[in-house]
Amino acid sequence: MLNATLAELASALAAKRISSVELTTLFLARIAALNGALNAFITVDEERSLADARAADALRARGEGGALTGIPIAHKDIYCTRGIRTTCGSKMLANFVSPYDAHVIERFAAAHAVLLGKTNMDEFAMGSSNETSYCGPVRNPWDLQRVPGGSSGGSAAAVAARMTPAATGTDTGGSIRQPAALAGVSGLKPTYGAVSRYGMVAFASSLDQGGPLAKSAADLALLMNAMAGHDTRDSTSIERPAEDYTRSLGRSLAGLRIGLPREYFAAGVEPDVLARVRETVAWFESQGARPVEISLANTRLAVPVYYVLALAEASSNLSRFDGVRYGHRASDPQDLLDLYRRTRAEGFGAEVKRRILIGTYVLSHGYYDAYYLQAQKVRRLITQDFVQAYRECDVIMGPTAPGTAFPIGAKAGDPVQMYLGDIFTVPASLAGLPAISVPCGFDSRGLPVGLQITGNHFAEATLLGAAHRYQQAHDWHLRVPKETPL
Amino acid sequence: MSLSPDQIERIARLARIAVSPSEAEELRVQLNRVLDLVDQLQSIDTAGIEPMSHALEALLPSGQRLRPDVVSEPDRRAEFQGVAPAVDAGLYLVPKVIE
Repeated sequence: MLNATLAELASALAAKRISSVELTTLFLARIAALNGALNAFITVDEERSLADARAADALRARGEGGALTGIPIAHKDIYCTRGIRTTCGSKMLANFVSPYDAHVIERFAAAHAVLLGKTNMDEFAMGSSNETSYCGPVRNPWDLQRVPGGSSGGSAAAVAARMTPAATGTDTGGSIRQPAALAGVSGLKPTYGAVSRYGMVAFASSLDQGGPLAKSAADLALLMNAMAGHDTRDSTSIERPAEDYTRSLGRSLAGLRIGLPREYFAAGVEPDVLARVRETVAWFESQGARPVEISLANTRLAVPVYYVLALAEASSNLSRFDGVRYGHRASDPQDLLDLYRRTRAEGFGAEVKRRILIGTYVLSHGYYDAYYLQAQKVRRLITQDFVQAYRECDVIMGPTAPGTAFPIGAKAGDPVQMYLGDIFTVPASLAGLPAISVPCGFDSRGLPVGLQITGNHFAEATLLGAAHRYQQAHDWHLRVPKETPL
Repeated sequence: MSLSPDQIERIARLARIAVSPSEAEELRVQLNRVLDLVDQLQSIDTAGIEPMSHALEALLPSGQRLRPDVVSEPDRRAEFQGVAPAVDAGLYLVPKVIE
């Protein structure tokens, strides 16, 4: 059961081979056994999880329920959950209990999924290694001395170690895809606007997008059916007819035009990563897909653009943490300014402070045009590269990250080195495009390598279909990390 | 462009984050590294390019939706103030602002 797909779990529940209470108990026990070593979960509320499970069992006993009824799902601790604290990996929100549920949480509740717990993450989703969390780093189940990636590192590690069948994450510049790659699981960042941001603690609002992490593309499709959809409470939520994300899972690969950006197969990518991605592209070609060499000429500018725009938006969004309405408050303030300054100095960690300060600088008088406006213009150049590329291809393939999981602490002292690792994930974020990462083999150390497939706006079903065909012919996604045997 | 200690102090003041003198020097070094990274944007020719503020313009040609200007939320003040650090009689408490 621990390694079963969501469809297998649903049919086991429907056939009464297992109850949701039994299934939930199984995963809670697995979390209890492994979380000390991995630190993938921040909060687990067994009573709440079992209450959800009992409700799902009662529903199934009446012959009701859907694809996710009774299935445990873990949520990144950035999604507000009524009655269970939402820390966002920060001291600022260490004791925060939201008065309402995020849209995504409501959707899973409506599907009668079981809320299994809240997963660890980089503080305010700011990081690519899960080392900035106030709750401590998450360890990679493939090698406990290495990071699982970030910022949805807890969700990725939890799925990899089979502590949960699936999890939610959020992706601003790669925070679903990069940890999926480094932890050897599948992760989808949907088109901007496909999943409501209501109740998702904001980092950079023009880029933030919720999405699922799971073992397989087929599982991601089922999760998207629950998560996606219009919500009037998010003004950037796209109003369009509901779609069935599983509809292309059986589709043939014949004739699929695969764009291979010259800039993604270049120096700076670890040789093992390039080799695995090339082997994977060759497999797609053997199935009738057609590789097309393309250019995304402004790729090298994506990281600088992202770190201007995301940090500018972050400095604005995080101004709400003032010690007045919720969250941490400094004791014995001398005056209002002292309250603000000490609350924020005490409540935010080092990386969050760095990002707020840079964001404040690039928006400040005299520098706005040179940094912020210029970055917005280059954002358009990067987006135009994709528009051009999709005239010649249907999807774009390349490595999700230039390297595999790195040792804890290896990049912690140098923010720029950490940022440069986001080179292949931030372009799709800037353009608002959907992108998936799926496991495509291992490097010489036995660490997972991720393949990224990027599509045009709303091409999620195409991405899921292509990834599913690949997973039907390969078993990388079903391998269990050696540190966390079943 | 390289930030001076004075500029670090100014930015920290704008951001409402207290920074000690020892932290300020470390921040200056790290922030300058990040600014070196983003400075490569300065040499890019963007004449005639419109700034792009979000990805929605391709998806929502009419722009962001606006809802009708009518009350849509019930009064949940008590609930929302329940998570505040200091409230009294429905008001948020802050240090004295007016002498």
